[in-house]
Parts: sequence; C-alpha cells; structure tokens
Amino acid sequence: MAAYKEAPADATAAQKLLVWVDNRFPLSKLYNEHMGEYYAPKNFNFWYVFGSLAMLVLVIQIVTGIFLVMHYKPDASLAFASVEYIMRDVPGGWIIRYMHSTGASAFFIVVYLHMFRGLLYGSYRKPRELVWIFGCGIFLCLMAEAFMGYLLPWGQMSYWGAQVIVNLFSAVPFVGPDLSLLIRGDYVVGDATLNRFFSFHVIAVPLVLLGLVAAHIIALHEVGSNNPDGVEIKEKKDAKGVPLDGIPFHPYYTVHDIYAVCVFLMIFTAVLFFAPEGGGYFLEFNNFIEANPLKTPPHIAPVWYFTPYYSMLRATTDLMVNILAAILAIAGVLGIVKGGFGGLGKIVLGVAVIVAVALLKTFDAKFWGVVVMGGAVIVLFFLPWLDRSPVKSIRYRPSWHKYVYLVFVLFFLVLGYLGSQPPSTVGNYVSQLGTLVYFGFFLLMPWWSRMGSPSPVPERVVYAAH
Amino acid sequence: MMKKLLLSLLLTLGCAAGAVANESGYPLDKFPAEKMNDMAALQHGAKIFVNYCLNCHSANYMRYNRMKDLGLTDDEIKKNLLFATEKVGETMKISLNPKDAKDWFGTQPPDLSVIARSRAAPGSSGADYLYTLWRTFYRDETKATGWNNLVFPDIAMPHALWDLQGQRVPKYVEYKDEHDPTKTIHRITGFEQVTPGKLDEHAYDETVGDLVAFLQYMGEPSQGKRVQIGVWVLIFLGILTVFTWRLNAAYWKDVK
Repeated sequence: MAAYKEAPADATAAQKLLVWVDNRFPLSKLYNEHMGEYYAPKNFNFWYVFGSLAMLVLVIQIVTGIFLVMHYKPDASLAFASVEYIMRDVPGGWIIRYMHSTGASAFFIVVYLHMFRGLLYGSYRKPRELVWIFGCGIFLCLMAEAFMGYLLPWGQMSYWGAQVIVNLFSAVPFVGPDLSLLIRGDYVVGDATLNRFFSFHVIAVPLVLLGLVAAHIIALHEVGSNNPDGVEIKEKKDAKGVPLDGIPFHPYYTVHDIYAVCVFLMIFTAVLFFAPEGGGYFLEFNNFIEANPLKTPPHIAPVWYFTPYYSMLRATTDLMVNILAAILAIAGVLGIVKGGFGGLGKIVLGVAVIVAVALLKTFDAKFWGVVVMGGAVIVLFFLPWLDRSPVKSIRYRPSWHKYVYLVFVLFFLVLGYLGSQPPSTVGNYVSQLGTLVYFGFFLLMPWWSRMGSPSPVPERVVYAAH
Repeated sequence: MMKKLLLSLLLTLGCAAGAVANESGYPLDKFPAEKMNDMAALQHGAKIFVNYCLNCHSANYMRYNRMKDLGLTDDEIKKNLLFATEKVGETMKISLNPKDAKDWFGTQPPDLSVIARSRAAPGSSGADYLYTLWRTFYRDETKATGWNNLVFPDIAMPHALWDLQGQRVPKYVEYKDEHDPTKTIHRITGFEQVTPGKLDEHAYDETVGDLVAFLQYMGEPSQGKRVQIGVWVLIFLGILTVFTWRLNAAYWKDVK
C-alpha cells in the first residue's frame, strides 16, 4: 500500500478531494498509466485511429441497445411488431434503431480495418501476443453478438439465417443433432430460440466482450503500442525514463482521435440519415417481412460481414475435401522426406496424415465446411507464432510481401462478395481458390514470411513533423 | 485518406450486387420519386389506399393519426379516411378473417405497413416494384381470379383497381424456342384495352403513382424528417470537423 498522503495546506477543495480519493482508490495512478503518462509512439498514421473508433462504436451499441430493450419484446409473436413500434411510435425510436443497425456494420468495418493494421505492422509479434489474442476473442464475441442480435427483429432473413447457421452445428459428428437442439431450444427456430438469443445478446456476450476489451487495453498499455516502423520505442529512453519517440496519449492522441471521431461520425451519420438500409447490405430488404417458418426465401444470404466465411463454408464441397486431402498427403510426404525428422517422427507424421485423410473422407463435406469456417477465425489466434519474419513492419519487409498481402485482401473481398450472391458454378470455383489462398496465407506463413531479405530497420521511428 | 477509403468501401458494397429486379425478371419502371414531396399526391394516395386496399390488406403498424404528417388534421382523417374504426389513434386493422382469406385467395393478403421496404432489391426500390406491378395487370382466363401480372406472375390478388384501369389483354409475339424447335415462346409486348376504365392511361398512372407514394411513406413515416435532420447533423459535424482538425494541428505543431 502506498503511503498516506496529506494535501498541502493551501490546496483547493478539488485538490483536497483528489488526495482524499487517491488515498483510497488509485485514481491519479490509473489516469497517468493509461492517459497522461502513457507514452505512445509519435509516428502513428491514420491506420491507428480504428482502435478508438471501435471503442466509440461499442459505446454507441451499448447505449442504443439499452434504449431499444426498453421497447423491444423478445417474443416470437410480438418481436417484429415491437421493432416497427420503435420505428414509428417511440419518440426518436427510429434514430436509436438506425444507430444500432448501422453501428453493427460500422463495428465490423472498423474492426476489420483495425485487424488489418495489426497485420500490416506486425502488431501481434512479441511481446504483444496477448493483445492480439484478446483482440481475436473480441472478434469472436462480436460475431456471436451480431449473429444473435440479427435474430431479434424476427424478419425472414433473421429467421432463416439463424435456421441455416444453427443447422450447421448438426453436421458435427455424433453430438451434432443434440447440439443444434440445445442451441435452438426447439426442433425449429422459434420463440425459445428468440428468448435465449435475446438473453445472450443483451447480457452474456456483452459481459464477456467488455471483459475482453478491458484485458485488450490493459495488455496493450503494459507492453506499449507498436507503430508503423515496428520499432520498440521503450529501448531508447531519456534520463527520466520516458521513451524518446513516445508522446503522452493525452492530449496528443486524444485530440488526434477526436478529429478522427468527427470524420467517422460524418460517414456514419451520412449512412444513418440518408441510406440506413445500406443498399440492402446493412438492413436486408427481406427482413421487412415477418418471419414465416413455412416460407423459405429464395435466396438466404448472411449480413455482409459474415459473407467471406459463409463463402468458405459453401466452397467446402466433396471436390474441395478431395483437394484438401491431396494437399495434406503432399504436405505429409514433404514433411517425411525433407522435414529432417528421426525415424519415429517420420512414422508419427505418416500415421497422423493417414488418419487425417481418412477422417476427411469419413465425415460429410458439410461438417468439414463448418470446420473450415470456424478454422478461418481460429487460425487468427495463432498468427503471432505463424509469422517468422525477422522484421515486424511491412515497411521493411521484402517488397514482394506487399503483393502477398494484396492478393490475400483481394481474395477476402471476393469471398465476401460471392458469399452475398446466390451460388454459381464459377463462383464456387473462385471461392474454393479463395479459401485455399486464405488458409495458404496463414498456414504457409512460417515459410513465406522468412523468404527474401528485409531492408534494415531504423534505430528510431521515422517521423516528419506535421 | 480514411474517409476516402471508407467511402470507397461503402461504394463497393453498394454496387456489389447486380440489379436483379424481381423474381419474374420483368424490367421495372422508375417510380416518380418527386411525388414524395407532393402533399396532394400523398393525400390522394392515402384515399386510394383506405378505399381499395384496406379491406383485404391491413397496415397493422400504421396509426391513422400519423397521417397528420401529410398535412391532414385529426378531423379530416376522421371524416374522410376512417372506415374501419372510431378512434383516430388506432392502427389500420382489418376485420378479414385470415382463414376466410386463405379459402378465397389461397393465401393471406400480406400486411402492407412495410411492403414498400420489403420489395426493394439491389438497384431498384420497392416503390419501383409496386409502381410497375400496378401497371402490368392483365386478363388471364387460365387463372382462378381471371387476372395475372407481369411483375408478379400467378399473383393471388385480382386487379383491385380494375374499375379505374379497365380490362386489358396482352399482345404477344411468338417465336421459336432456340433450344427446342417444337416449342413456341410467347412474349408480351404490350396490352390491348378491352373495356375502358374510369381513368385514361395517364390519369391511371398518376393515381398509381400517388398510391405508391403513400405506401412508400407508410413504410417509414419518418423518412422525410430523417433526411431533414441528417442535413443539419452533417453541417454541424462538418463545422466540428474543421475545428477538431485545427485543434489537432495546434497540439501537434510542437512535436518534433
């Protein structure tokens, strides 16, 4: 425990109050650790605003969510009408609802860009592995939150989207049907499903989400922020122990982020007030028809932020499973021949590959589709150990690495586009290629990230005064 | 830079899907959107709606007195538009028994509160869909109701506005199927008036336009206000952005 402090005799009432609090709660300490004396690298570029923006959107979602719950009825026979009640009869209800629906899409845009920033500058590398892992946890929670929240308006897309996704779990061998029954609470998506999704959406997942956000920020402030050069600013400090290239978060990055918030809000409100449906991508047109368990819509598409993963699911056909089995077999042979394992290692590897190929061919392609879709998110958690490049930032990597990232991003966008479209033969081949590119990018990273020679990383960050 | 990037992202999302207008693939006409700012047109549309639609179709989420948005008073609404209820604060319910409806039409007529929003598709608005639908009914004796539609083939609803438009039969062109020479394909190129309606073609199009304008309004009664507020919010944020931009620059000018 810190020593008890006395306020100086001539202190103002406010100063005395602060001392009183500080003796009982580490208020000044917290403020200094996270704001006033948290030294962030001074060379942040615009990619570094998305963390603060994600925080802003989180607050928007929580506050608007609180007000929506005041009027929303989680009941299959009332839900759709209660949303229209909010849109028409609750004063300002439409604005709150549009903030929440636009906020959901904004959240994913901001978080995808935030993650991409991490990818570009190696922000997940040692010592920031936990920052990244907590972040991936946040991403997972966000997906759960979005998926369950989307059921609540109880429109056709809400209903059939949930039906399709929950049915996926029934593809899990042995426990599948029971598992999907457990999730639904009924044999089809119904009132029981709506009630439990509501409970998860407004209580359980937000609690976990907030905990993870706190962990994400505490971990970040413990190790300090990375920067576009991937230079550790804590290695060069002045006499007082302040990093030479660091700058206090407050006021420098608070004013910086307030500016970014204004620009962001202009885009956000432009969508909210002039195109709240987002061209049918933020609010799907079919969702203005009340859920009808007897009428399947001709084309069920998830909301845009899930479409890349949905594409991967659809791409996993029997053909794709055969391709995966062949790739696995080739990788196994390569590992045995060139992996430099001893006799026992070779045998273990060989057996493992044979078992894996046998499993691939035993279970249904639908199950492997679910595995691929889940794996596409899970693989992100391992990124800190997949990347073996000697430098963190893309700036100092061999220039062809930029094209690798470009191809990855392009295929991710193409997968997203295809996932929103009705299935087609050509589209499916492209999705299969995209899925291979996506997993190739991550799983082959231990090899490709080491290839080529990086340019020298400077001692200090590169910064030009504004 | 961020703005540009986000904007381009939004634009790609918006343009990503092609214009699949409707299930039939019939090309949709453009709804005359200027009617949305024309109070007389919207009021006329409301009148057509309560007279022709609000017997089989409900609008369960729409309150009668909400039509004050359209420049009407409670009294005017009560006198001219209130047939199914006494109270002006009621929603637009109907007394049609769903079971009867199912017997008569084979399906329950959908609620029309948000019909204009639900019929939108990438590249065309729900209003375009309804505007075209109401102008492509034709006589088809092979159907139970005696009516068919180009936008919604095999539609269960008979032509409810037929006394206004009159009866029409389609004009066909016949051509051989490229893939199967034994078959001929009929394509409808236009209509032939069989019996005249109360309105000529132009007046009918205007009336349908007014009705669709009302349906579009009813789908989201606050849409006019939404755009109005939006302009002020953006002006405010635009000014605030300039200030925060300069504030940021003022703080950072000393950072070397």
